[in-house]
Amino acid sequence: MNRLTTLFAGFFLTFFTAWIGLVIIPYVQFGQLEPKLDEDTGDQFPAARTGLAERGKQVYQANGCLYCHSQQIRPYDVEDGHNRGWGARRTVPRDYLYDKPHVLGTMRTGPDLTNVGQRLADAAWHHEHLYAPQSKSAWSTMAPYKYLYRVQKIQGQPSPKALKLQGEYAPPAGYEVVPTPDAEALVAYLLSLNRNYALPEAPLE
Amino acid sequence: MSTATANIPDTNNAADRAAIDRSCRVPVLTFFATAIFWLLAGTVFALLASIKLHHPNFAIEIPEWSAMVIRALDPFIPASTVDAINGALTFGRVRPAHLNTVAYGWAATAALGVCIWLMARLCRVQLRHSGFVTAAGVIWNIGMFVGTGAILFGQSTSVEWLEFPPYASFLLFIAYALISIWAVDMFVHRKPGHVYVSQWYLMAALFWFPWLYGTANILIHLQPVQGSVQAIVNWWYGHNALGLWFTPVGLAAAYYFIPKVIGRPVHSYYLSAFGFWSLALFYSWNGGHHLIGGPLPAWVITASTVASVMMIIPVVVTAINHHMTMKGNFHVLEYSPTLRFVVFGAMAYTLASLQGSTMAIRSLNKITHFTDYTIGHSHLGLYAFFTMIMFGSMYYIVPRLVGAEWRSAALIKIHFWSCAYGIIFMVLILTVGGLIQGLGLRDANISFKDIVENTLFYKVVRSGTGFLLTLGHVVFAFHFLLMLLRLGRSGGGPTLFKPANG
Repeated sequence: MNRLTTLFAGFFLTFFTAWIGLVIIPYVQFGQLEPKLDEDTGDQFPAARTGLAERGKQVYQANGCLYCHSQQIRPYDVEDGHNRGWGARRTVPRDYLYDKPHVLGTMRTGPDLTNVGQRLADAAWHHEHLYAPQSKSAWSTMAPYKYLYRVQKIQGQPSPKALKLQGEYAPPAGYEVVPTPDAEALVAYLLSLNRNYALPEAPLE
Repeated sequence: MSTATANIPDTNNAADRAAIDRSCRVPVLTFFATAIFWLLAGTVFALLASIKLHHPNFAIEIPEWSAMVIRALDPFIPASTVDAINGALTFGRVRPAHLNTVAYGWAATAALGVCIWLMARLCRVQLRHSGFVTAAGVIWNIGMFVGTGAILFGQSTSVEWLEFPPYASFLLFIAYALISIWAVDMFVHRKPGHVYVSQWYLMAALFWFPWLYGTANILIHLQPVQGSVQAIVNWWYGHNALGLWFTPVGLAAAYYFIPKVIGRPVHSYYLSAFGFWSLALFYSWNGGHHLIGGPLPAWVITASTVASVMMIIPVVVTAINHHMTMKGNFHVLEYSPTLRFVVFGAMAYTLASLQGSTMAIRSLNKITHFTDYTIGHSHLGLYAFFTMIMFGSMYYIVPRLVGAEWRSAALIKIHFWSCAYGIIFMVLILTVGGLIQGLGLRDANISFKDIVENTLFYKVVRSGTGFLLTLGHVVFAFHFLLMLLRLGRSGGGPTLFKPANG
């Protein structure tokens, strides 16, 4: 085993087979999927994200939401997430057509967000929750994202976007809390998360 | 050939060895010193992240007085700086900053230093044009600063193990490629004699990693493929970064330092070869076990699960080989700091790998996936195994580079025991906490609130174990700084835990 070429042939072959197996074949097999077209309504599943929601996904990535929240529902024999209302079916490759990069996540310090847009469809709730998670659930260990909001003096009419915060979470009198563009994009992204549609390979159960 | 090839092919001439060490001094010390800097930075990020997991409102904003100072400096410093700094403190940024500073800043930088020194020693040649290797080290560190800054200030890609944006990972790639080329150059110019097992591991790692890193960055960041393919590429990369980069370097060091310190050849050449090639064959297929139940065809997951279980072969073979080498010499652990750290690491390698094989089995994975159990496993691998071996290697290498012995056996003792106890307790507490979390998640009758509250205690204790590790790191960094400032002990034998004849 002293010859450089012999050694490298071995290094190459062992690694190359795995590269073919775990990178190239998956790409060929499920790397060019198309959304499903509903013939009657013309709707596509999954739907392409709008500009604001797509920008919100970048905010999601920049602030590391996926270190606590997954976006994948596994088969029913593997998990109990469907009984928590997290999803009506397992997720499949086609659900992630537009995720570049993917945000499947590996941790459930917080709940799964595969369908959070359907489960929690109120933008105001999300803003208040992002600003002060403990205002919604006192036991929550979620980080507050106050830096995505501005505390500003009320000038004349209060802003229609101002958060309706209660008690200890409310700003001082005469001030209001309003979302930054980043926060609005993030909430648009969260509201866009809904994978509860039927696909031929994954019917709703 | 068995005995001859099981010997470490170091030159017997002390003057030649000293000349080789001298040729490595600047680049290797550059890598070591910056590695220890990143270890300390990574430790701070780790503590922040860990505390935030149980006290989410801890350190979320800079103190009001400092915010006022910054706002007063407007327009010289934009007032939005306050939000930028507060953003940099959020859990979702310090968490990836921790991973990247310890994995690439500490572990990989230390590994590159060890690689260079081991290659020079084992090829029995002086490092030529060492300035280029030092330059590679500088580029690597610039990449680290750029990448870590990018994560903290909102440019993280959030792809685990690949959070650095392409402009930072490109610098790392260039630096790494330079080191790889230099290693091949040393190998080509090696003195006649056999190629030792450590050299296979090092050459393979230096060959595989640029391929891995390049493929992953292209398919995920530069020419992104569709989501599910990205996921498998992500974990093929993430697992191989451990399995085909850190693991080979850790094993190369173990195969060098264990026989070196006890002065015996490796037990069996054939077991070494068998362990190496079976690792190369199976480890590279493991990545899919991070996605069990995920949105991928069953065959991908199954292939990875099978390969993960097959990992028992190289792991047990290597464990037997190391154990038989050590047999009859365990008393040396009482004396040699290098041996104690390295043997601790080698034992942790066996444990971590066997645990990993079990975690790839679906019936256990459905409980441990998405929980702290996995975090415990990764610390068992990257810390108890790899980091401890790097510490041991540095205890051996640094005195030969600076020409002085470690100042204090007591400091080394504190380092060893705080890190050993710290990591053992951390892994245990994460494992138990992870099981509670995982069993809770499996049962929808247990509310999410209950899961959060039931695991809170374990998160608090985990932070405590982090402080133990911090103590060890600070002591080690201080000791290393003394060596760097030429305040080591000159003359006399190596610094041992107790006198060799005692």
